[in-house]
Amino acid sequence: MKLVSYLTATRGRSRLHWTDWLTYAYLCVGLFLMFGPVLWLVASSFKTEAALSEFPPTLLPYGQKSVMVPGEEKPKPVFRVKLPDGTMKELPEIRRIGLMATYVDPAKPEEPIRVNIKDRQPVREFRLATENYSDLMRKLDFGKYLWNSVFITIVATVITLLFNSMAAFALSKYQFRGRSGVFLFIIATLMVPPAIVLVPNFLVVTELGLLNSLWAVIWPAVATPTGVFMLRQYMLTIPDELLEAARMDHASEWQIYWRIMLPLSAPALAVLAIFSIMWRWNDFLWPLIVLSKAEKFTLQLALNAFQGDLITQWNYLLAMTVITLLPVTVVFAFLQKHITQGIASAGVK
Amino acid sequence: MNKAARTPWYFLTPNLVIFGVFTFLPIVINFYYAFTGGVQLYPQDRPYVGWDNMATLLDCKNYWDVSTCRKDLFWRAVWNTAYFSVLQVVLMILFSLITALVLNRKIIGRGFWRGVFFYPVLLSPVVVSLIWKWILQRDGLLNAIVVAIGGEPVLWLGEPEWAFFWVTFVSIWSQMGFYTLILLSGLQAIPADLYEAAQMDRASPWRTLWRITLPLLMPNMIVVGVLGAIRAVQTFDNVFVLTGGGPGSATMFVVQYIYQTAFQEQIRLYGIAAAGSLLLALALIVLTLLQLRVTKAESAGERAK
Repeated sequence: MKLVSYLTATRGRSRLHWTDWLTYAYLCVGLFLMFGPVLWLVASSFKTEAALSEFPPTLLPYGQKSVMVPGEEKPKPVFRVKLPDGTMKELPEIRRIGLMATYVDPAKPEEPIRVNIKDRQPVREFRLATENYSDLMRKLDFGKYLWNSVFITIVATVITLLFNSMAAFALSKYQFRGRSGVFLFIIATLMVPPAIVLVPNFLVVTELGLLNSLWAVIWPAVATPTGVFMLRQYMLTIPDELLEAARMDHASEWQIYWRIMLPLSAPALAVLAIFSIMWRWNDFLWPLIVLSKAEKFTLQLALNAFQGDLITQWNYLLAMTVITLLPVTVVFAFLQKHITQGIASAGVK
Repeated sequence: MNKAARTPWYFLTPNLVIFGVFTFLPIVINFYYAFTGGVQLYPQDRPYVGWDNMATLLDCKNYWDVSTCRKDLFWRAVWNTAYFSVLQVVLMILFSLITALVLNRKIIGRGFWRGVFFYPVLLSPVVVSLIWKWILQRDGLLNAIVVAIGGEPVLWLGEPEWAFFWVTFVSIWSQMGFYTLILLSGLQAIPADLYEAAQMDRASPWRTLWRITLPLLMPNMIVVGVLGAIRAVQTFDNVFVLTGGGPGSATMFVVQYIYQTAFQEQIRLYGIAAAGSLLLALALIVLTLLQLRVTKAESAGERAK
């Protein structure tokens, strides 16, 4: 009772108004619509291949129960069997020939029982098909795709932070001819979405000999106008006196940038790092064009290639999708506030 | 130049080189491709054809009927993109607005709820498409629900109208949180004393919404509309994975047309693809100018008040 009154208490009013109920109803529908599909994906990724092809699907992953039988190497599937005397019993199936299957009672292993297969029902239990995940590593080149994605994301983010902060430093802390021109030039590139320079960029990458190299994805992505703009706005707020003091102490310009500006810009750098990681991890169209060899695929490309196969192996595809969304989900869970605030203030994604 | 004057340029060089090589140079080369023909990638092997590529793309007896166009697939893509953009942007503003209004009320755990609607924004388009493809497939969850309530299973991605609906739905699902966030920050910037004054005057909640909230939120809604339109026109990833442009060409959009023409066909028509890119760029420029124009008119109107 106490909990209910706590939950229904509102600031100002004593009880919930009907519009408050409507509000929470809307939010709950939203929760269901936004998280439901993801949860369904995760639950499905733990189902066996056989369970995935069932219709209607079960809510939770179920698999056929199996037990070890003395004298057998592999675990045997368990069935609910109607015995010749009419009683029902759960027994492991040793083998099946034609319409007859042979069962054994672990209590009396010396007496196999032969039953017609129409008198049996598979016994199902809650079971997580973790082999979907472990097989990814063994059977498919999953490790390679994961490495490619991680490599591109980390390297591109480090270079992005370095190059963009250097440019932002020059644009915020130096007076020089052509400064506003350069700034406009950089802002103008915001207007050029990658989708409209696909063909010429393909030529540039080919001429540079980068085709089918991970650097073909990294280099075009590292000079983000958004990053320069965001960092410049932040650096403008850092007082010039700090730089002057350092110059008095005979610090070089590079030292000023490296030792003073970078540490002081850490909050803005963190926001840009989060953005960059999201951008690179999720990149699709450009990698699709420049990485055509399977061994260079990123996770996104591998997912796309698998789902396009004639026979989609959903059990592996689902597991791989879950692993792909995992890092973003973990980052989000911990940094939700920073991400939403960063996006609200920068107005970009 | 003395040493001090050169210093900023040292810091700028890496960025400017990358911009030059991967943004500005490609813009120039794009024009070159658009005005040359053939199937060769290297510029020196391509013959000059003038406006031929453009003319081929634009050759239509009746622009409302794609079957009279020489490149009927391109026009199909153009109309699909236009229809999709309008539908998607209108619905997205509507749902983002409702969600932002709800999130702006006095609710318990606002941070959590905001996160709920924002989460899909972070997922990659490929992952989003696979999540929904799994639900919408023939033996999927949605058909299980349909059968459970007594209906017939539907091929959600196999029928043109449904495929188009789901493409629109999934793109709203995955992007709505971002625009909700923009509108929410706009709502929070509205001065509270306006609402207090409205309460004093005993204005009904509806009246408050129509006369205070929506007019003051207008600039944010325009930003959302234009940003949304700029992105909608370039839609590719989501749709490519979800439907591959199908069934037939029911969900074929312009960027996919460019991609297929240049990189997927046996005969790679780079010139046609580049010409298509220029037309797409033109549409984006018009949208951007529209945004500047509207925001200017808006601020002029503010001052007039």
